Amino acid sequence: MKPQPIALKVLNVVTAILFLVALGMVFLYAPLEATMNYVQKIFYFHIANAWVGMLGFVAAAVAGVIYLVKHDLKWDIIELAAVEISLVFFFIAIVTGSIWARPSWGTYWTWEPRLTTAAILELVYFAYLLLRQGIDDPDRRARFSAVYTLIGAISVPITFVSIRLFRTIHPVVIGTNSSAAQGGFDMTSKMLVTMFFALFTFSVIFITLFWHRIRLGQLAHHLEELKLEE
Amino acid sequence: MIPYATSIKYMLAGYGVILGVLIIYVISLFIRSRNLKRDIQLLKEIQNKPS
Repeated sequence: MKPQPIALKVLNVVTAILFLVALGMVFLYAPLEATMNYVQKIFYFHIANAWVGMLGFVAAAVAGVIYLVKHDLKWDIIELAAVEISLVFFFIAIVTGSIWARPSWGTYWTWEPRLTTAAILELVYFAYLLLRQGIDDPDRRARFSAVYTLIGAISVPITFVSIRLFRTIHPVVIGTNSSAAQGGFDMTSKMLVTMFFALFTFSVIFITLFWHRIRLGQLAHHLEELKLEE
Repeated sequence: MIPYATSIKYMLAGYGVILGVLIIYVISLFIRSRNLKRDIQLLKEIQNKPS
């Protein structure tokens, strides 16, 4: 395995700095919200995690399409990396949302459209990992996985638009809230800047982890090839 | 309005989860990478051994 390229080493450092700056902005720059006060600060990283989670699921579907066209296992490695990292980020988004909901809605969980579709999305992609575990042949596994990510990707837009289409208590950040929404707030310019900086920071974190996970996938692929040679 | 003490408690829990999960994932990447490199090394040694 080749050592880490300089670009990746630089990206590691940049990512760590951006993360610290984002934390600083959340706690020192963004003002305290009047009704929810401190617990509202979860919102900045909650939304950023949800954003990169969904981004990765879409990226996996794109990689799946390319695999089906080119039949190059490189795209299967990329697809798996995107799904695994997105599962982690989306899990954080669900758990932090749940923690925020307890003081804001009075419950950790309610089966309303956004929470339900988000839980389904997470489970759909968790099942993707289980599916891969069950297939030994690399080409067959890659083909099945690619088709699965395409079908799974349908749940991404459904989750995204659920708070805009249905009557829900989940607030909308950009757009009009449902009449039943609870916990929404008007953002000041400093809050907006912090939110967009958090979105940018988590996009960079995603890219860095994605790169590392692809390298790990290449190692696993190399090991699999060695085993087949035996 | 949510009381300050309650609000801080949930905020800390939220950021604890974010940091905790990210740290665990990064560690898992490191451990899996180390194990794979070890397995590859071992397989190569076995293959190179004269039978």
